Amino acid sequence: MEVPRSFFSEGELRKLHKFNGGVHPASHKTESNHKEITRLTLPSRLVIPFKQHAGDAAKPLVKAGDHVLKGQMIGIPEGYISGAIHAPTSGTIAAIDEQLVAHPSELPDLCATLIPDGKDEWVKLEPVEYHDLSAEELRKKLRMAGVVGLGGAAFPSDVKLRTGAQPIKTLILNGAECEPYITCDDLLMREQADEIIRGAEILRHALDANEVLIGIEDNKPQAIDAMRMAIAELGYKFDVVVVPTIYPGGGVKQLIRVLTGLEVPSGKLPNEIGVQCFNVATARTSYRALEYGEPLLSRIVTITGNVRHAGNYEVLIGSPIDELIARVEKLPDTNGYIMGGPMMGIRLPSVEVPLVKATNCIIAVSEKLFPPAPPALPCIRCTRCVEVCPVELQPQDLYWFSKAKEFGKAQTFSLFDCIECGACSYVCPSHIPLVQYYRFAKSEIRMRTLEKQSADKARERHEFRDYRIEREKKEKAEKLAAKEKAALAAKEKAALAAKEHVPANTTESQPKAELPKE
Amino acid sequence: MSALFSPFVTKPDTVSQIMLKVLLSLLPGIIFYVWYFGPAILVSIALASVTALSTEALMLKLRDRPIMPFLKDNSALLTGWLLALSIPPMAPWWLVVVGTAFCIIIAKHLYGGLGNNLFNPAMVGFAVLIVSFPVQMTQWLTPNGLGQIDLSFADQLKYVFMGVLPSGVTLDAITMATPLDTLKTQLHLDQHVKQILDLPIYGRLAGHGSEMVSVGFLLGGVYLLLSRIISWHIPVAYLGSLFVIAGIFHLVDPEHYVAPLFHWFSGAAIIGAFFILTDPVSSPTTNKGKLVFAVMAGLITYLIRVFGSFPDGTAFATLLMNICVPLIVLYTQPKVFGKKEHKDGVQK
Repeated sequence: MEVPRSFFSEGELRKLHKFNGGVHPASHKTESNHKEITRLTLPSRLVIPFKQHAGDAAKPLVKAGDHVLKGQMIGIPEGYISGAIHAPTSGTIAAIDEQLVAHPSELPDLCATLIPDGKDEWVKLEPVEYHDLSAEELRKKLRMAGVVGLGGAAFPSDVKLRTGAQPIKTLILNGAECEPYITCDDLLMREQADEIIRGAEILRHALDANEVLIGIEDNKPQAIDAMRMAIAELGYKFDVVVVPTIYPGGGVKQLIRVLTGLEVPSGKLPNEIGVQCFNVATARTSYRALEYGEPLLSRIVTITGNVRHAGNYEVLIGSPIDELIARVEKLPDTNGYIMGGPMMGIRLPSVEVPLVKATNCIIAVSEKLFPPAPPALPCIRCTRCVEVCPVELQPQDLYWFSKAKEFGKAQTFSLFDCIECGACSYVCPSHIPLVQYYRFAKSEIRMRTLEKQSADKARERHEFRDYRIEREKKEKAEKLAAKEKAALAAKEKAALAAKEHVPANTTESQPKAELPKE
Repeated sequence: MSALFSPFVTKPDTVSQIMLKVLLSLLPGIIFYVWYFGPAILVSIALASVTALSTEALMLKLRDRPIMPFLKDNSALLTGWLLALSIPPMAPWWLVVVGTAFCIIIAKHLYGGLGNNLFNPAMVGFAVLIVSFPVQMTQWLTPNGLGQIDLSFADQLKYVFMGVLPSGVTLDAITMATPLDTLKTQLHLDQHVKQILDLPIYGRLAGHGSEMVSVGFLLGGVYLLLSRIISWHIPVAYLGSLFVIAGIFHLVDPEHYVAPLFHWFSGAAIIGAFFILTDPVSSPTTNKGKLVFAVMAGLITYLIRVFGSFPDGTAFATLLMNICVPLIVLYTQPKVFGKKEHKDGVQK
């Protein structure tokens, strides 16, 4: 499996490793990577969800009618894994209520609606010198700046900076960007390499990591050059490693494997093997959060597909996607939108949903660009899915078990190690929507686990109630017995007083013979 | 309507294309077949194709399944072709029809149709025919130029459909025992391998004519490997184990045990290695499992050929190993990324 490939980088020989399989879907990157990042003007309204990150939602700090400044915190993180939410521009909060958001469940979520006043008036920012901060203070600063992973998972960055039992040896910056169509990290690396590298140094400092590896796929030569140049200018010893273009080479565990040869153990996080990984845009945001005190208010998003002006845009968090689409001019045969890439993204329930911190790409869909798959045929066990699975699973067996609802077997065959990258569905000659079956099985298993937990709890409660009733009965009985015993003893005492010659020991055994019935 | 869930893009490959490529890979072998034995085999293939498609349609209709998408998948055609290629071309027409119908109706659809058959359908059909109609199943044509007379295509057709031979021609004059069969009988008559191979029915590697048909199938098989429709595991392990066991016997006693290459290019070894044992539905899905499956099939083939009562063993070896597939798969599960190696079928 391990075919070492060597590249010269920074004068030293680095051995690259391989993960199993992977696919090469048409990249479609040229549509959006040929022009500079454009900053879009203020939208007419912003809808800002309080949960844009993995973990718990932020708690609203404002109410309808409040005037807020750009960069003002409007949602405070609550819970261990959570992130702050800020006003991306100055204006008035029109409402705090549930709005439709981009989530596969298509359920509404709590959002703040902000009507910009057009002044873009900043709150007073508090830049810090990160060298002066303790790791704890640095994490707090990032948490309060709402910095989360911008690669798509939106995991709060401060949590990832907590070092566990294992010291972090290697910090990896993920600039692989392996999904087709998406070019936002490519353009960011070309244009803001300096800020990314400075951010990487901050993250390295916070983790006390020995080395920094920056993985970039070989289809981004300009980004590679820009990053190498920035490193040379800043004088750091970071290593830009050119990795082969293959999907899902940008998956965290896959990239770590390619760069270090290490396998993150099943069900564990990278920090358990002394590695931590951040997206390049996250590094840049961390830098701006400390150097300028700027919270995360905007991000770069690739808008592409069936539109006239495909490209990369700097967009305020909370911008309604319909307004973005209007600016890039969708083509007339557009019949839907994908948020994220075509391999792992989701269909937008409506274009009225807001752009969030995790939104790296919006693709306008047409039948021509995304032709419907032919009707699914039965699995013929050709194992093309096995050949491409980066986790080395047996997708055809998992499909069989999921379909037959044999969830126990699916779990035995490592269903939960599936990263839902879609490589199996991509190559399936029977065009079976394999990943959808795995999602179904996973959610069924999670639901059953929850149900079982609550059933267990109910049973425990019931058993405790029975126990309590029994105990109360017993206590009552004992009390009664004691009372009767006392009464009897008193009676005997009286009798004894009357007949002084009766021996004392016979009175002892008396109450035992007539235990109370209850 | 484009897909509703990711991934939204898929490779354009289809089951139908895969099966079509397998059908095309059979052509070099079929061309050699026609060259050496005349066009009668084409009649068998045509009969098998018509029967396969019509029984497939009938069964889909009875099972209330969409007919066109499945008819177009070419899987029934492939089963028909493989069966036609494994029975004598001069067999009466109804033998092909009955065999193919059995493949499609019993071995395929009664098990749940495409993707669900435990056994290789063509080999089930073959087994049924060779057990039920042993006489008809031995009417192998003598290669052109070797027999007393070469039948014209019209005469071949007349015999296949009406059972009538030209006057003065007996069946024995145009048919013969297969090279494997002849070897076996002659060895029983205390002949030595060397003497036997001097008989005119033998060519350079194995049987005259039939060895070239095997070469044709080998060419097609290499194409299947190169186009990644099959992986190397099964053909290499099958031919490898057949070679090794035949080699051992041959080295110990060359007078009574023929050389390994003879086994490769005789009977169904080559078509079996590349086209039959590799049927994805009825073979193991794990690479290790494929190796176990094919090594065992190679050994069984040799044992049946040399010590059994049938001249060839590929079909029975296939069926016997098909039974073991679920067990083999369970015990040859590969290591999952991020998990530890394990001994049994359960990942830790």
